[in-house]
Order: sequence, then C-alpha cells, then structure tokens
Amino acid sequence: MSLAVRVIPCLDVAAGRVVKGVNFADLRDAGDPVELATRYDAEGADELTFLDVTASVQGRETTFEVVRRTAEQVFIPLTVGGGVRAVADVDALLRAGADKISVNTAAVRRPELIAEIAHRFGRQVLVLSLDVRRVRPGDPATPSGFEVTTHGGRRGTGLDALAWAVRAQELGAGEILLNSMDADGTMAGFDLELIAAVRAVSGVPVIASGGAGRAADFPPAVTAGADAVLAAGVFHFGAVRIGEAKAALREAGYPVR
Amino acid sequence: MVLDYGSGNLRSAERALARAGAEVTVTADAASALAADGLVVPGVGAYAACMAGLLGVGGDVVVRKRVATGAPLLGICVGMQVLFERGEEHGVATAGLAVLPGTVHRLTAPVLPHMGWNTVAPPPESVLFRGVGSERFYFVHSYAATRTEGVVTTAEHGEPFVAAVERGTVSATQFHPEKSGGPGAALLANWLETLR
Repeated sequence: MSLAVRVIPCLDVAAGRVVKGVNFADLRDAGDPVELATRYDAEGADELTFLDVTASVQGRETTFEVVRRTAEQVFIPLTVGGGVRAVADVDALLRAGADKISVNTAAVRRPELIAEIAHRFGRQVLVLSLDVRRVRPGDPATPSGFEVTTHGGRRGTGLDALAWAVRAQELGAGEILLNSMDADGTMAGFDLELIAAVRAVSGVPVIASGGAGRAADFPPAVTAGADAVLAAGVFHFGAVRIGEAKAALREAGYPVR
Repeated sequence: MVLDYGSGNLRSAERALARAGAEVTVTADAASALAADGLVVPGVGAYAACMAGLLGVGGDVVVRKRVATGAPLLGICVGMQVLFERGEEHGVATAGLAVLPGTVHRLTAPVLPHMGWNTVAPPPESVLFRGVGSERFYFVHSYAATRTEGVVTTAEHGEPFVAAVERGTVSATQFHPEKSGGPGAALLANWLETLR
C-alpha cells in the first residue's frame, strides 16, 4: 500500500486549441484539447495539465470553455496554468471545473499572491510552477547556482531557485511543478541534479518536468526525488505512451496506478 | 443534491453524480437540502473556513437533522472531516458537526499534502466499495481522522487514517470519488443505490 507515482501529460492551449503539434492517427481533431484530454484519460493519465499560452482576453474566455467541457467528460484532476495573476482568475478557473491552478510569473512579481490564493481556496489548489535554469556565465550568481526564470524560460530573474521554492512553500504553495529549462526540449532525460536539489528543500509534492525522451527516462526522476512526472511532446507525438512510462516505473519498483 | 456553501469544485461532483445515474441539483437552500433523497456535502480548503461556510447556509442544522431522521448523507474530503467532533489546524481546534466520533488532525508524513492515487482497504461489509475491488482513489488533503466508529476503510500516508466510513445512513470519503475515474463512479453508483 502506497501512493502511486503520477504520470501527467501537459497540453499547451491557445485560444481553445492545442498549439504544439499532436501526432495520434486515430484522433478526429488533434487540435481539440477536450478530445486529447479524453484520450489521455483513457490511456491511464493520473492527472491532466493545461498550460494556457493565450495572450488575449477573448482567448482566455475560450480557455474557460475548454476547462468546462473537459471537466464534464474527464473525471481525473485537472490543473490549469498560464496567465493567473489574481485571486479572481483562480476563482473563475475553479468554477469552470479546474481542480488546481499553477502560478509562476505573477507570483515572482508579487509573492503575496500565493498567500492570498492559499488563504481563500486552500494550499491544495496551488501549484508553484518553478521554471529553473543554471545561472549563465556572466549573469549574477545565486547561492545554489540555479535561478528562477519567467516568460516560459526566456527571462532570468536572478532569484535563487531553492530560496524561492522554500519561500513559496512558506507562503502556501501546495505542490511544486519543477521545469528544467536546461533539459526542456532536449529529450535527453530529466534534470536529476535539479530534482534532487529541490526535493531536499521541499515538504510538498514535486512534479518533475523537462527532458523526457523515452520511457526509461521516467524512473530516474523518481529516484532523484520526484513524486510525479510530467511531459508534453514525448506523449503528444506518441514517442512514449502513458502506459509505457508507467510500465518503466513499475519495472523499476515504483507503484503506479 | 449537492450542498453549495461556497466550498469546492461543485461542478465535478455534480457531473460525476449525474454520470452515475442521479438527478442532481446544486443548492444552498436549507429546506431543499433537508428534503433531498440524498445529500452530498463537498469541501476543500481549510477546516475552519468550511465550517464557517456551512454555518452560513444553515448546513449544520441540515446535516444534524438528516442524521437524526436517517436521511442519507455523503461527505467528501473536508465535507467528511467536518462530520467529526473537531478539527485541529495550526494548534487551533474548531468544533465540527459531531455526527461521527473522532477528531481530525494533520497527518505525520514527510510530504504533505497527501496528493494522488492511493490504495484503500475496505472491510468486506462495506456497501460503498461493493464490487469495486482493489482500485486506487484520488486523495488531496493534509488532515484526516485516524479513528472512528462504523464500517471503516483505511488508507496509509505516513500513518494509517480513515479513508472512508459508513455508519447508519452517514457515508463519507476522504478521497474524491468525483475525481477518481471509473472506480469513483462505481462508488458513487453504490451510494446512489442506497437511496432507492
């Protein structure tokens, strides 16, 4: 008897459509997040994450509609992130049917936002999205050598990643979605050093993200300290099926659903 | 009927019950909640905030009356926790509805919240888990009761705790059946069956 390692596919959604390409032959509409969410649910995904990459206000409305339609058809937890700047945004997403929301840029700018959300809705709804890279040569050093980035990893903040993880937990973050911007897109495996470093300072669940390229990449992330693993492209393109990631974890001795 | 007292993702509970075959209404009206064939009390977030929300819509009276008259009730997550005698958060005790014996406290575990799919151990006489088998259910909580009376299903995270309880017409789950896929739907269908 023990808690299963969660395997979580992530969908980038803009104006109600999946933006990164999806490569499943049997989908009617590979751009429809609801259809893809249903597909992942059927394949055994333990949770779903939508990352709203929409810029416009009208686009955000469409995202609420996608969340609503998904929550009507998919009965596993749904996390929505991207563009959450205020308690009112959280309220709207939860009402639409999201179970958790994730924050990054707005919380870096104004850390009290974490406390405000946790106070109103409880810390279990609040995922801190931690986009981390190693400090580049010439940039100001941080104590851990890792810094927080915003704007999808494009902007360094000079903020020490481990210190921020600790602060965010104190403020009320209930979970950490740890994205390695160094590993992201490489398909060369998770950033194990980073996972271990964040695990060491975290008393909340840590979801590892960035770098998955094959099923065998998943177990080492858990060994390094992750409670859950998240990936996008490697699932969308069918390079690894949810079931294959779980089989690799099971073979390594980790409980899965 | 799902009781709306300002807490939780009511939409999911509503949709999951409908999928399991129920005619569902979401209400904040005490009289309707009292008259319903079955009442679901959801709840997420802080114990004290949920109790305050419940008191705000007269939910305490509704729950106690339903229990006293044998009208079925299903508490989910913090909606289960408020059925106990009290909850202890950050060293502060909040009085609960006391329709189930026991207290709710912070689990002793290295990682909290307890978040994700865990196994449960239902006793053979459980009605809620009839035909469900050894499935996992979705939990997200940091607090739980470790002891109560009735048909008790346990789970473990750091320490054993009460994952579900059935006592007379009072049923409650610490996990979220509405978020637990097929097994969750089966459990809700079992509960709905008891309303017939």
